[in-house]
Amino acid sequence: MTLGTRGFVARVLRAATAFAVCALAAGCATMQGGAGAPAPFASKVDPFEPFNRAMYAIHEPIDRNVMRPIAQAWVDHVPRPVQLAVSTLFGNIEDGFSALNGLLQGKWDKAGNDLGRLTVNVWGFGLIDIATDAGIPKGDEDFGQTFGAWGIPQGPYLFVPLIGPTTVRDGTGLVIRAYASPFNLVNDIPFRNSMWGLGAVNLRAQALEASDLVDRAAIDRYTFIRRSYLQRREYLVHEGNPPKPKDDDE
Amino acid sequence: MSAATMKTCRAVMALAFAALLAAPAPAAAQEAPDALVKRVSQEVLAIVKADAKVQAGDQARIREVIEVKLLPYFDFGRMTALAMGRNWAKASPDQQRRLADEFRSLLVRTYSGALTQYRNQSIDYKPLRAEAGAADVTVRTEVVRPGQAPVQIDYSLAKGADGWKAYDVIVGGVSLVTNYRDEFNEQVRAGGVDGLLAALAARNKGGGAK
Repeated sequence: MTLGTRGFVARVLRAATAFAVCALAAGCATMQGGAGAPAPFASKVDPFEPFNRAMYAIHEPIDRNVMRPIAQAWVDHVPRPVQLAVSTLFGNIEDGFSALNGLLQGKWDKAGNDLGRLTVNVWGFGLIDIATDAGIPKGDEDFGQTFGAWGIPQGPYLFVPLIGPTTVRDGTGLVIRAYASPFNLVNDIPFRNSMWGLGAVNLRAQALEASDLVDRAAIDRYTFIRRSYLQRREYLVHEGNPPKPKDDDE
Repeated sequence: MSAATMKTCRAVMALAFAALLAAPAPAAAQEAPDALVKRVSQEVLAIVKADAKVQAGDQARIREVIEVKLLPYFDFGRMTALAMGRNWAKASPDQQRRLADEFRSLLVRTYSGALTQYRNQSIDYKPLRAEAGAADVTVRTEVVRPGQAPVQIDYSLAKGADGWKAYDVIVGGVSLVTNYRDEFNEQVRAGGVDGLLAALAARNKGGGAK
């Protein structure tokens, strides 16, 4: 509770660094063939697969038994207007970051939409999504996509407990995003922590349908999530028109 | 309703549906792919919105809707072959047939769970961009739900002897066939084609994913 803003950021960075180091170590161990893991096939997109699968094994029970039930309770029991207000509130912050990333990529019209949304939603005190009702589409640009638009490849796939699927490129974007969160400026620690928690519940609630679908459709969840994530990101970076994937097997 | 009545009902429905299809056969064969997608999706949407049993989550009824309304327009042989990639050639004709059957069951299962979520949605159909004689097209649609970002759903269709049939569905950029290519590949690598068949069968018998 006594952690200051800098403390938190430092903690995030330390965790990220530790994570990267572990990932590299696991990757090297794999390449030497001495990891002792069940040795899944290390593919080009997922060279750290044994390590990632271990992370997934940590994440899955926490998600299934804690995060998902909380998110489901939120959806089932919290009045709909409150849910919408919370999702609009956090949505404003995402609109701001989407505008910034639109600008970084030279997507002026998209950035204009995002800034327009922010301006319009001020009139709903940031709690009512007037912009969507007015037909201003919600943007979805983020730092990972900006790097992608700049030509930086995804890099190896990573699975991070509590956060989920990402890659070296997108994960770097997430760290920048966490660094730049406006809540880092808040000095009231209990308030700030509540906001982090609420934001997490809101995010997880939005992914409930997707995780239900994975439960029904997947033979192996890890593989299914990985390919869905990579396809989705490729699609977003190319604005809905990704190059046709080659019909090769890996 | 007893099981026997249920069966009769289903047989009658299937017959009625067959008759419906058979009557305008020449016209149906020429139905444009975008018109087909629009007609089938609107029919299913109308049922989801109006049918009390579907809304109550009656699995038997939901499966029936999918079997009768949706599946006749999917080419499971082609879908399975695409998802198998180069492993398709390793499977015997009998294995290929069983693979297509299991894949079909898996998709019915997936769709049955998702169907009731589409109660409040409406669908925008994008104009078809394809050359006049094309035998392989992508029909683009956008699903709009109140309070949520729209989701683009695209259908890849190929023209065959009995009209257009879908062989892939791409939801928000995620292709079903591409997703399963990884899954199938992994199972074949670990246990051969029989291993994949066993994994699919176990999954369809109600077992959870790994």
